Amino acid sequence: MSLGSRLVNVLRGARLNREIDEELEAHLVEAIAEGRDPVEARKALGSALRHRERSRDVRLVSWLESLRADTVYGWRQLKNNKVASAAAILSLALAMGASTSAFRLMDGLLLRPLPVAEPERIHVVAFEGAGADGKLMTYDSSSYPMFLQMRSAVKEQAELIAVSYEDRVDLTYGSDQEMEKEYLQYVSGWMFSSFGLHPALGRLLSESDDLKPGANPYAVISYDYWTRRFGQDPEVIGRSFRVGDTGYQIVGVVEKGFTGTETGTLTSMFVPTMMKNPRTLASSNHFWMRTFVQLKPGVQVAPVQEKLRAVFRGIQEERAKTFVGMPKQRLEQFFSEKLIVEPAAAGRSNLQRDYKRALTILGAVVALVLLMACANVANLMTAQAAARAREMALRVSIGAGRWRLVQLILVESAMRAFLAGIAGGLFAWWAAPFVVSKINPPDDPAQLLLPADWRILGFGLALALLVTLLFGLAPALRASAVKPVSALKGGEDPHSRRRLIHALIAAQVTFCFLVLFVAGLFVATFDRLSHQPTGFSADRVLNLETVTVVAQPPAYWGQVAEQLRSVPGVESVAIVGWPLMSGESWVNFISIHGAPANEVFSDFLSVSPGWIETMKIPLVDGRDFRREETYPPAAIVNQAFANQFFDGADPVGKTIETVDGASLTRVGFQIVGFVQDARSRDNMRLPIRPTVYVPFRAIDASGALQSKNRGTFVVRTSTANPLALASLLRQEVPRVRPEFRVNRIRAQVEINLAHALRERLLATLALFFAIVALLLAGVGLYGVLHYSVLQRRREIGIRMAVGAQAGSVVRLVSVEVFTMVLLGAVAGLALGMVSVRYIEALFFQVQATDLTMLAFPSLSILGVALLAALRPVMHAVRIDPASMLRAE
Amino acid sequence: MAKVDSLQGSMDLLVLKILSRRPGLHGYAIMSAIQVISGEVLRVEEGSLYPALHRMEEAGWIRAEWVTKETGRRARLYELTAAGKKQLGAEESRWQAVTLAVNRVLREA
Repeated sequence: MSLGSRLVNVLRGARLNREIDEELEAHLVEAIAEGRDPVEARKALGSALRHRERSRDVRLVSWLESLRADTVYGWRQLKNNKVASAAAILSLALAMGASTSAFRLMDGLLLRPLPVAEPERIHVVAFEGAGADGKLMTYDSSSYPMFLQMRSAVKEQAELIAVSYEDRVDLTYGSDQEMEKEYLQYVSGWMFSSFGLHPALGRLLSESDDLKPGANPYAVISYDYWTRRFGQDPEVIGRSFRVGDTGYQIVGVVEKGFTGTETGTLTSMFVPTMMKNPRTLASSNHFWMRTFVQLKPGVQVAPVQEKLRAVFRGIQEERAKTFVGMPKQRLEQFFSEKLIVEPAAAGRSNLQRDYKRALTILGAVVALVLLMACANVANLMTAQAAARAREMALRVSIGAGRWRLVQLILVESAMRAFLAGIAGGLFAWWAAPFVVSKINPPDDPAQLLLPADWRILGFGLALALLVTLLFGLAPALRASAVKPVSALKGGEDPHSRRRLIHALIAAQVTFCFLVLFVAGLFVATFDRLSHQPTGFSADRVLNLETVTVVAQPPAYWGQVAEQLRSVPGVESVAIVGWPLMSGESWVNFISIHGAPANEVFSDFLSVSPGWIETMKIPLVDGRDFRREETYPPAAIVNQAFANQFFDGADPVGKTIETVDGASLTRVGFQIVGFVQDARSRDNMRLPIRPTVYVPFRAIDASGALQSKNRGTFVVRTSTANPLALASLLRQEVPRVRPEFRVNRIRAQVEINLAHALRERLLATLALFFAIVALLLAGVGLYGVLHYSVLQRRREIGIRMAVGAQAGSVVRLVSVEVFTMVLLGAVAGLALGMVSVRYIEALFFQVQATDLTMLAFPSLSILGVALLAALRPVMHAVRIDPASMLRAE
Repeated sequence: MAKVDSLQGSMDLLVLKILSRRPGLHGYAIMSAIQVISGEVLRVEEGSLYPALHRMEEAGWIRAEWVTKETGRRARLYELTAAGKKQLGAEESRWQAVTLAVNRVLREA
């Protein structure tokens, strides 16, 4: 017996053996009942074991033998049609590879459970409410006092765990000049024991590390960081590092695999929440962490959520008492916020929030492309089956069972699918990490773990099986239904086969239309988003985000700016609180003439004199800040501000008021300048907000100048590539004042682009799949037309011999196929209109019903169809009736 | 794989024929029937009966079914399929042709 059959015997043999034994036993019982001697009867039957072997061989080996024969035969079939097989396998491989990549990404980001004990018990607290623009939105940040109240309220049912948002900190093991950037998270000390994690080295944090603010400056590092930074040196325990002015000591390494709960970033160090700045810890207005809920075994979510909601309502009411000057509508929105407890077995991150829908759509697009590839292969096989109808008929007439024919075709299909699956797997190996590398800006890439383990392998296998059935089953059943008599006579009804092919063509065009339609919408969205006017010039602008350990007076900041101005290649230098569109914001309500504030937020940004000119924001009226002016009271406002509060009139010389968040006192401003709108917020989809620019030089309530420990030097260079000056400028900053250190350098162009990264990724991938889909549709159409001309060449020859014109021949071969194309396009359009509603949220200034959005897929498909039809139709027209008739 | 034994040439034919007359027999009954009807001339080798039955089952000529008898013991009962009927026809005409040919040789040699 061959190795293969032995293997199958193991799988199938036990039941078979039992049945054979039972049958032989029954035989003996009958013999003895007839009065035969038991010993003689047993002897006559022969050794039971021998029987079993022979009987079983008969039943198993014939099946295995046929499988082997089919495989050999299938391989020969593939080799005989090298070009067609290669095309089919390659298109399938591409589609399967793309599907596997999409699954890898979805799995890595959304599905894969955290490597902790019983991840399904882990949930997260989120809040649902109306956002600034009135739309429903969800956020998941808590303040620490809120966390403590919630924790004690559900102590019996669940453990609550505080985990800060990932912080990319500068830390050093030595001097300030040797800073390293790492991800650090503040976590509840009891997180490790709750998650059932063990130390790989040293110890983990515990509850006792997390009781008194600032008391336990200990850090646990990840296995990955330990390997990457220290080469798994056991001496790492006890080493100390510094973040800002806080020193920490490393006490342990957490077990391999655990890299935090924020899927998409790998946390290097965990420190107790109590090490957070004490003011932040005590503040109920500071939302800096997520609250994870680990349900106790057997506890349901609903009652815990109910309890937490009651606590949350109480907290909201307490907070509302401290609000001064909050507009009524805001207050209502504030109270309508609802607490929800959501499953978080796969962790929780903003990356998940931002990419969930995008990935799902991408998955759907990829699935459509896969279906198209399957349809192509099915068509190819059906057409080939026509050529093989005689072979099938012969097989049936010499005694092959229907099932044997189905098996024959399915084995061939499976061989195609598995060959394609292997090639696709290689594609996915490369493609998934490539896509991840495009998710975030290059200097801070997303870190998504994409292990190629049994989950991915299982998906690949299931996909190959599914694909086999998708494109193999219809041809297989058709082959098995062959009627030997009519097939051998060569007169089988050709229409039934054509009907299947035509249905597949229509389906293919439908899918192709959908893919193109969605791709068009994404490309248009990216185009509109990246061409949104920003109101300032980003070219040649470099942002030097700078920090000082101890806050420095404004005059020193001015000295550094002066030094930078003297560097060759620098055109102008100014100071700003943070780079434009970097994601940071400072907002407040405005009150005019002592009236209550309305519900519109205004952006505030502190800038130095010369900043407006450096950013090339046009001044409409008034003037720039003067060197001696301070915040408060000087202010420059933008057009949106004038529109909102002064009906678009020139506001220069007017006064406005805000309520200062910290001191709750009203602050008055005098408007000295009026500029055109420039975008400061990072969300490109929202309009530019009313903006108030205030001087970087700030004074406190007593009139004393305030020192600052962070700010950004904005440098406009005269060289085309501003980054060429980056390292020189970085060294220049501490030259005048060694307290200053550049933390991060970013070109403004890069910051602007970062806000359309997701859209760019979606547009690029969608466009790629659109091209693949068009190609598949073209190849499919070409194949079908070619086949139909071949099949009908005798008929065409006769028609031409009796005087048919070229036009009618063209009509004859193409009218059916083009009807199918039209039908498919209409179906695609209808489906597109229905499905677009689910993805509207990702679009920007794009309407699905736009004529251009519909014209793009329609025209591309028509163009491809014409191109595909050209050769077969030419072939049909050129058929020589004389030679065709002679041949028959 | 299958060894040639005395009845190899006609075993299939006999089993199919018996089953076409009396569907639902178990192995022992098939064996007894062949012996009784042939007047004890033809003896089925018990050792080769079951492999033959299983081979024919695999070929789709006969199908088997487990039935529980009053005694509580299970028996495997065989019956002819449509393909088996066809096969029986083919085997019968082949047998007729062969015996005819053999007779002719015996007569005319």
